[in-house]
Amino acid sequence: MSPYSISIRPFGVHAILVEWPQRVDEAILNDILLFIEHLQHKCLDTHNWEIVPSYNSITLIHREKPIDYNHYKQKIESWYKKGAKLKKRQRFLWRLPVCYDLEFGIDLQEVSEKLNKSIPEIIELHTNSQYTVYGIGFLPGFMYLGGLPSELEVPRRPEPRLKVQKGAVGLAGKQTGIYPQESPGGWNIIGNCTVTMFNPKNENPCFVNVGDRVQFYAIERAEYDLHKIESEVGIYQLQKSIIDA
Amino acid sequence: MLKLLKSGYYTSVQDQGRFGFRHKGVPVSGAMDGLALSKANALLENDEDCAVLEITMTGPTIEFEENTFIVLTGAKMSTTLNNQPILNYKVHEIAVGDILSYGRLEKGFRSYLAVKGGFTTPVVLKSRSFSKSLTRLTYLPDKSVLPFEPCSFFTPKIEEIKIDSYFEETVLELAQGPEYDILNDHQLEKIFGTGFTVSNENNRMAYQMTEPISGHAVSMLTSATLPGTVQLTPAGKLIILMKDGQTTGGYPRILQLTDKAISILAQKKYGDKVSFKLVKG
Repeated sequence: MSPYSISIRPFGVHAILVEWPQRVDEAILNDILLFIEHLQHKCLDTHNWEIVPSYNSITLIHREKPIDYNHYKQKIESWYKKGAKLKKRQRFLWRLPVCYDLEFGIDLQEVSEKLNKSIPEIIELHTNSQYTVYGIGFLPGFMYLGGLPSELEVPRRPEPRLKVQKGAVGLAGKQTGIYPQESPGGWNIIGNCTVTMFNPKNENPCFVNVGDRVQFYAIERAEYDLHKIESEVGIYQLQKSIIDA
Repeated sequence: MLKLLKSGYYTSVQDQGRFGFRHKGVPVSGAMDGLALSKANALLENDEDCAVLEITMTGPTIEFEENTFIVLTGAKMSTTLNNQPILNYKVHEIAVGDILSYGRLEKGFRSYLAVKGGFTTPVVLKSRSFSKSLTRLTYLPDKSVLPFEPCSFFTPKIEEIKIDSYFEETVLELAQGPEYDILNDHQLEKIFGTGFTVSNENNRMAYQMTEPISGHAVSMLTSATLPGTVQLTPAGKLIILMKDGQTTGGYPRILQLTDKAISILAQKKYGDKVSFKLVKG
């Protein structure tokens, strides 16, 4: 079972890049995740190999030693051809609370004018969709989310802000996402999420995995304050459910 | 323990870096000049993952509050121990109250200070390397105190090594990157021509080159990047990612520096010249 033709190439002396056809496609992502599962359980020693998935590629990185590229190229081809007989890893839908109060949604008014939609319409569109996590990068715990309704596509701000708040929820082009920490950024900010997306104190510092889904739900200011306190003392209960897909 | 009476321009704790968290967006971090790190730990017969101090451009003044042995590697910074000049790449015995001072930057840009047994600062995600948003500090302020296990007896197998002065080299060896094929003849000529100047945009995340080459209109999906990845922006800027660099990016990855070339570049500062030489990947 090898539905796609994959390309394999060296990426420096420690890493190998494996690429699927260049498009944003959940079927490709699923194939990638199955293959990673197979690599981690049957093929590679995960103490010495890191696997970084993103959209249509995975990068395999060896801890330190230069690797024998030709050896691994052949191996990867045959591993992929044999295909994964494993069960898929359990994937989750995470429901994340967002306060779209204008205090946080500092660009909501502007976005509303640009998209010619009322603020409640924007909130409804933003919370109605499930977004797929295609990658995690840029910042620790920053999710690349796919599946934004086309009605919410709005260009990046012409000048990036020097400081965007931790938890800020933004729109930019075909993307939406959460800033996991304070950072410079050029996205249009429409709200704030109280959930800590990245905590270096946890053994698994980011609860989300590539392939999971995210859905936002709107909360009032009072609820936001409550969640914030719950998060700080560590009793906030995340809402998650298992995806079958 | 030691105390930084003055901390210097940008002094941080670094080790071999953080492995195993890149799929969550966590940069590798670790010593910018991996060669200098490994030499320092080797001379002290430390484990290779022991944490050291990375000292950038202007160094600290340090008071030792415990006996130990130290090795300095990397950049030469007119270092003195109790006002006597001391050599890099040599084991020095330290007694309580000794003062280590860094002076004028002579060669290179980043210097390393290792103590016997390594610094025992907190481990975050399996590494002691400072990293923004992960560790409490990203660099050490004045009066910082760093813990280590005292050591009064140590007979090094090798007391001193002569190193080839790699940090004076200017040729960076690199292999083709994943998107090397997007480059046209004109761009290739520029890249492997007369060379580049390190811009003032240089830090632990990335080094930008001052001279642009012609740009491109290639769009690609975000994919993994590594320390040493050379990105080409649409406007034609060359950005070389370093140890704190982001784990994914959307610019074409045209070239990939060797580990040695990363060490060489880590010793370069604003205005220094470098050139690129293609080697087999």
